[in-house]
Formats: sequence, C-alpha cells, structure tokens
Amino acid sequence: MAYAVVLIVAVAVLLFITVPLRRRREDVRPERRARELGEELRELEAAREAKYREIRDAELDHRTGKLSDADFEAVDSALRAEAVAILHRLERARERLGSGEQP
Amino acid sequence: MALIGQALLVLALATALYGIGASLYGARAGKEAWIASGRRSMYALLGLAAFAFGILEWAFIASDFTFNVVAQHSATTIPAFYRGAAPWSSQQGSLLLWVLLLSLWSSLALHLTRRRLRPVVPYATAVLLGLGAFFTLLMVFYSNPFATTTPAPTQGAGLDPLLMHPTMMFHPPMLYTGYTMLAIPFAFAVGALITRQVGADWVRMIRRFALAAWLFLGIGIVLGALWSYTELGWGGYWGWDPVENAALMPWLTSTAFIHSIMIQEKRGMLKVWNALLVLLSGVLAIFGTFLVRSGVLDSIHAFGGSTLGVPFVILLGVMLAGSIYLVSSRREALRTEHRLDSLLSREAIFLFQNLVLVGMVFVIFWVTMFPLISQALTGTKVSVGPPAFRPFIVPLALILVALAGIGPIIAWRRATLANLRRNFSFPAALALITLAVLLAVSDAASRPFSLAMFVLGAFVLAGVAQELYRGASARRAITHDPLPLALLGLVRRNRRRYGGYIVHAGIAVLLIGVAGSSFQHSNQVSLRPGQSTYVDGYRFTYVRPTASATSERIELGAVLSVSKDGRHVTTLHTDQGFYPVNNPSYGAIGRFFQPGNADTQVGLDSGLTRNIWTVVSPPLSSIEPYIAQGDRRFNAAMMQAAKMPPAQAQRFLGVLYQLRDAAVFAIIRHYVSQPAPATFLLIVAPLVIWLWIGAALAAVGGVIALLPLPAPARRRASAPYPVGLVREPA
Amino acid sequence: MDPNRKRAIRLTVALTAALVLATSLIWVSFSAGREDLTASQLLKRAEPGHSYILAGTVEPGSVRRDGPVLYFRVMDPKLPETVAVRYTGQVPDPFAPGRGVLVSVTAPRSEGGTFVAQPNSLTTKCPSKYQVAEPSRRQTRVTKLESAVKDY
Repeated sequence: MAYAVVLIVAVAVLLFITVPLRRRREDVRPERRARELGEELRELEAAREAKYREIRDAELDHRTGKLSDADFEAVDSALRAEAVAILHRLERARERLGSGEQP
Repeated sequence: MALIGQALLVLALATALYGIGASLYGARAGKEAWIASGRRSMYALLGLAAFAFGILEWAFIASDFTFNVVAQHSATTIPAFYRGAAPWSSQQGSLLLWVLLLSLWSSLALHLTRRRLRPVVPYATAVLLGLGAFFTLLMVFYSNPFATTTPAPTQGAGLDPLLMHPTMMFHPPMLYTGYTMLAIPFAFAVGALITRQVGADWVRMIRRFALAAWLFLGIGIVLGALWSYTELGWGGYWGWDPVENAALMPWLTSTAFIHSIMIQEKRGMLKVWNALLVLLSGVLAIFGTFLVRSGVLDSIHAFGGSTLGVPFVILLGVMLAGSIYLVSSRREALRTEHRLDSLLSREAIFLFQNLVLVGMVFVIFWVTMFPLISQALTGTKVSVGPPAFRPFIVPLALILVALAGIGPIIAWRRATLANLRRNFSFPAALALITLAVLLAVSDAASRPFSLAMFVLGAFVLAGVAQELYRGASARRAITHDPLPLALLGLVRRNRRRYGGYIVHAGIAVLLIGVAGSSFQHSNQVSLRPGQSTYVDGYRFTYVRPTASATSERIELGAVLSVSKDGRHVTTLHTDQGFYPVNNPSYGAIGRFFQPGNADTQVGLDSGLTRNIWTVVSPPLSSIEPYIAQGDRRFNAAMMQAAKMPPAQAQRFLGVLYQLRDAAVFAIIRHYVSQPAPATFLLIVAPLVIWLWIGAALAAVGGVIALLPLPAPARRRASAPYPVGLVREPA
Repeated sequence: MDPNRKRAIRLTVALTAALVLATSLIWVSFSAGREDLTASQLLKRAEPGHSYILAGTVEPGSVRRDGPVLYFRVMDPKLPETVAVRYTGQVPDPFAPGRGVLVSVTAPRSEGGTFVAQPNSLTTKCPSKYQVAEPSRRQTRVTKLESAVKDY
C-alpha cells in the first residue's frame, strides 16, 4: 500500500515539474529579444519608481521642515531632471520594443 | 507510514537536484521552459516536504512509537498541544522543518518573481534548491526522521519539561522562519552577481525580502528572550549564550542591510558593501543553524557530539568562498555611481550606523568564537563569557541609539544646517529634561550607561513624535482632515518612512527596558513559612507551601505575599513541576521527584514600572526519607509479584500501583504539612515590561514598512508622466 | 577640501577606529579569558587563587544540599578523577547527576581542597536530545499516577 502511495506521488511530481517542457513552444529567438527588451523596460520602470520616491521624499523632507526652500528647490530640480532623463530612456526602450514586435 | 516518509525524502532530494540542473541549464541555454521546470521543482519540494512533515506530525500526535524520534522525544503523558510541537525538539524534525520553511518562502519568492528578473531567477532557484538539497541530504543519510524500531516501545522518553511552554512552541519555528527567509536575499544576491544584474529592479525586490526576514528573525529572538525570562529560573532574558549570539548576528547585519540598501536605491552607492552584507547575512544564518546543531561550542543549547558538524563546515566554506569570489570578480558591475554628497545627510547617518552594526557583529563573533580561536592558537579552550561583551556592546549600542534619533530628523542628500538645528531642538530639549528629572528623582546616576540610554531613548522618542506631528500637520494643510485622520493618511501614504520611524521608537523603548533592568535588586534567601525578607523596599513573606499532583506532573511550590510600606502589593505563586522519569534505574516513588526532570513556574507580577519575580527551590530533604522508604518497599513488593502466577500477579500489581499513588499523595501532603525551609530567588526589576512592549511596537512598525503601497498611489506612481513632473521654470 | 583628500581622511579615521576596536577586543579576550578545563586538567594545572572554568559531568551520588549551598563532584570524561565543588547561587533547572555542567571555580589554597565556585556561574547543558535513555518497555502506569488531581 505504501509503495502505491509513493509511486503515485513520484508520478505526480514528475508530471508537475515537466509541464513546461511538454508544452509546444514556438521558435525561441524573437521571444528572447523581446524578453531582453522587456527586462530593460522593467529595469527602467524600477529606476523611475525609485526616482519618484526620491522626489516624494524630498517633498516630505521640505514639508516637515528639514530642508530650506532654497535647498529644496535645488534638490527638487535635480531630481526632476534625472526623472525626465529616465522617462526619455523609457520612451526609447518602448519604441524599440514596439518596432521589434513586427516580424 | 514511515516508509512513505523516507521515500518522500528521497524524492525530495531527487527533485531538488533535478531542479538545480534544470534551472542552470535553462539559464545557460536561454530556455524558458527549463527555468519554469526548475521553479516547479521548488513547488514540488514544498509539497513533498509538507507531506513528509505531515506524516511526522501525525506520528507524534498519535504517539506512534515505531518512529524512533517519537519514542525519543515524546510520550503519551505529554499534552497534545506539546506533542504537536515536539517534532522540532529533535534534530531530525528540525531539519525537516527547515526544509519545509525554506521551500515555503522560496516558493513564495519564486512565484512573486516569475515574470521578473529573468536572468537572476534561475540562479537564485538553483541556490535555494541547493540549500534544500543539502538539508534533505543530511536527513536521508545522517539524521533520518523516519527511522523506525520494531517492536515499538510502549512508552516514549518524554519531552524535556523546559520545552513545555507556549513560547517554546513558537520560538524555533519563528527563528527558522527568519533563518530560511534570509536564504532568499542571499540566493537572489548570488544570482544577481552571477548575471551582473545589480540594478534598480533587483534592489527593490531584495529590500523587501530582507525586511521580511529581519522582522521574523527579530520576533524569534524576542520570543526566545521572553521564554528565558518567564520560564527559566534565572530571571534574565539574555545570557550572551553562543546560540543566542548566533541568531543576533544575522539580525544585526540584516538591520544594516535594510538601511544601506536605501542608499543604493537612491544614489547607486555602496553596491559592494551591500552585496557583502546580504551574502554575509545568509552565511551567518547557516552559521547559526550550525552552531545550534554541532555542539562545537559550550552552550546550554549544545546538543552533544552530533555528526552534522563536518557537512555544515563544508557548506559554510563553500558559501563564504563563493561569496568572496563573486563580489571580487563582479567589481565592475558594482562600481559606485555617486559619492556621498555631505556628511550632514541621512545617507551619512546610515553609513555610520552600518559601521557600528558591523562593529557589533565583529565583537560578538570574536567573543563567541574565542574558545575555538584560542584553541587553534594556543591549544586550550579559553572562554571569555558575558562580561567581555559589555565594555564593547554598551557604548556601541548607545551610539546606535543616538544615530537612530538623528536619522529621522535629518534630510536626504544634503540637510540644511539651520533647519537641522531647529529640528534638533525639541528632541534635544526633551532629552535634557529627562536627564534632569532622572538625576533629581532617582539614583540613575549610579549607572551612567543606563542613564545615557534613558536620555538617548527619550531623544529618539521625541524625534519620532515630532516627525509624526509635523508630517500630519503638513498633510492637514492640504487635506484639512482632523489630526488623527491626517496621521493615519500620512502613515498609509509613506509606509516605508513612518513604519521605519515606528520601529525606531519600538527599539528605543526596548532599550529603555534593557537599561532599566540593570537597576534590579535580587536576593537569594532561605525562608520558613511565616518568615519575611526585604528586597528593594518590598517585603516578601513566605505564606505557605503548596503541592498538587496530576497524571503528568507533581508541583511543589510556595505562596508568597508581597507588600510595600505596609500595603499589600501582590500574592505570588511559584512552584517546580516534577515530571516522572522513565528511566528504570529510578525507584517507583523516587522517579516522580527528580529535580533534574523539573521545570519552574515563575511567580511574576508584571507592572508598568517594575516586575516582581520569584522562583522557589522546594526542599526535598524533608520528604526524601519517605521516598527512599517507599522505593524500598515497592521494590520488595515487585520482587514478590515476580514469584506469583500471572493472573494473581496482575491483581497484585493493580493494587500495588494504587498503593503507590496513595503513597505519593501522602508524601506530598507531608511536604505541605511539615515544611522545611525553602530557598527563594527574589528579584525586583524595573521597566522590564517595556522590553516586550518595545519589541511589539517595533514589529508593528516593521509590518507597516513591509506593506505595499495602497492601490491608487501605485497607479499614480506608474503613470508615464505624472502631473506636474515637468515644471515650468520659476 | 579636495574630495579625494576628504575620502582619504575618512578612510584613515575608519580604519583607525577599527584597529582600536580590534586591539581592545583581543586584549580583553586574552586577559579576561578563563581556560576551559576538564577535572583531570584542573587538578594538574590549577594554581591556588586562580579561576578556571570546569567542564564535565556531575558524579551520581555526589550531590548534597546544605541550605543555600550545593556540593557536588564533577567527573572527568576519560580519567577516573573528580573535582569537588562548593557552589552557591542559582541552580539551573536541568541540573542533575549525570548531566554536563560548566562552572567557574577558584582553585583552593591547599591541595585536595574543595574548589569554590563563583556564585551563579553554573550552567547545565540541556539534556542531550541525541543520547536519550532507551525508552522503557514497562507499562505506562509506571510513570503515571492514575488517580484524580489532588491539590493541597
């Protein structure tokens, strides 16, 4: 009886972990390119979110009195310029991804 | 059943090994399908481990003594609740629990990252499966939870009475949760370094894993301290035992990491430092597991010479060497993007904090490992012990608290000096007022370090309060909400920041409790019923002895009345619970009264300002002659029974055991009616409860910091061009 | 100030602090350290008045209590030598004959005297979970009181 249980579990595990291998896959290559661009996109999006958080943090620092108006202006402009740069890179990456999708 | 369990372990090992291969192949060949198969291997490992653990749990609860572990660590006389926790009192069960928890958190992490960080994930999967395979290998070849003996013994050896306490149920699983969770940032760091993907996305993810691990490990450590204080008979909560230190070290490095990773997030700095920190945390987590299991250091936890020491040292060596190799060979990818803008910035404070924390870890590691270091250098094991920690840890802790106070009130990047000075004034003023008050009304000056901790703690709390108030006021100016609502909204919208501030407040309160407990007064004294003694102005009177017996244990104790200035304060009940010993070399009566198989019920009155704590050593001397007599008579009767025909012997034994019970009851009645002087340890300790309150507060802060942003804020943050980002020049 | 010079200064300060910490650690360790010795090593090497940490197993039958004072003997793991200890202070719950203990002791002025332990320095190892006594094959009622709960 125990052997039967073990056998069933073993088969179940085998089936479970080979599901991805048994699916029909199309040609890998354009997928990979799209995936790499997708990685870059995600990386830039993460960088953008981090930058937005920095902007909000600076704002909060200013509102809670840790930064003078002058210092805040300086930090804020610098951060926003950095954010715009990231957004431009993001745009270009999106364009590349978009054009890559056409075969 | 045991057979199924064993087979499951072998299957688990095979699955883990397959998963490692599949993940690595998928990563090298760029084949997504194999990577997915590797991920599924982790899910399968979770299922197999859960199934195996379920079998083990069932064996314990059903008291199936064919399982060796059950026979060695449990008995039918143990309550069901504790039988359920008994698996992890054994080496074998702990290993299985480790694998279960590791596969659980790993599965969660892999599921959350199934569409992200694609280059990194397969390597992280391989590392995590590698750790799982290691522990499974240990179980299959060295320490099998499913080893059996037939015929099964009719009764087990029982659980160590010290472990039958609710906190002990949760302390090991919590600690293991912390340790196994630390494996995840470790694995993702290894993967990120291998693939040179140490960018913003990785940082964002690893910060949360590390924070979660930090939270659970911290809870585990505090639960251990709570158990020590309320259950063990020494009245302390931290003994600088090697095993305690082994859990503290990765917690300290994690604390450093969750701060310094924010610097990397913002300024792209400290990449090498962060990589080393997160890798070190993982190594220390395994090191902690190793220390508990190998018996290599003298500790109350050391579990004797087990054969697991060597495999662990090999694993640690591989992890350490691999980490150093990875960081040095990926130096280019870890190059810093910016430099520190100003020493007057939150980044600089974080940096100092990191240095202090790493300093503390170094001290703890050195002193803990010193017996081995000295043995290697001089041939003799030299122990240094707790007194060596204090000259280093206390000043470092004070610096840490000061930094924790400054951090919240200083700005990122470059603070405006004038503003900083202004923000400093309220917390500093409150700290000075605290100092003045303490000097005036208490003898705190007698312990300058504790006084310093009180003052700095007040500084931190005032700073956090100020920040919360200012933030809420600023929010009110926009939303016109009442203050409490504004506060709630503020915290909700800025969970990382304010969650962190709350953690700081919690830690400050905790350390105030620690500093307060250094002012404790204690007395060890022998009292007859009716006698009194004084401790710190409190009068302790031994009222009467107590005794009770259940089928599980016999409790011998005392009732104490505590009064101050003539007014009754509290009544304390304390006793020792004696568990019957299963060893045949003990007498029939004597086995119920073995001091080595007893645990303590502490008499505790917790108050906001002080704890009154007591334990008693019941004098067995007055009943020992009766016990010895009972043992002799019972033994003689048993020899008689051996000579009788079976049927008669059965009836005889039935009566005999009833008489034995009656004898036990008579003996404990005698204990109560003719009491000898009992030895009490009496402690009056101020502020201890704030330790637990502070820890709870810090945990709440940690949970707040962990929670994801509320949905609307998330949407706003991901809009391509948020309103007002591009501002018109002024 | 030139940023490189700033960095050099910071680095020097940090390294100096680390060096000071390391040196004081090493000094404290070697000066405050006490040797971990077995019973036979202790008897051979102990100098009167010095303190050591005695590690060993409590000899069965040697435990005696006299009010707040505990007397016991510690056995050597290999040789048939034992050391007499006089201990005051808290006795950990797991303390029992046959269990492993660590205690800080001061060597007596005269040969063959009792080693006086430092108060509250006794630690007992948790009963080894991996060398548990063979579970008894006797009936359950050997270790179970069958009657109802009694309270006095």
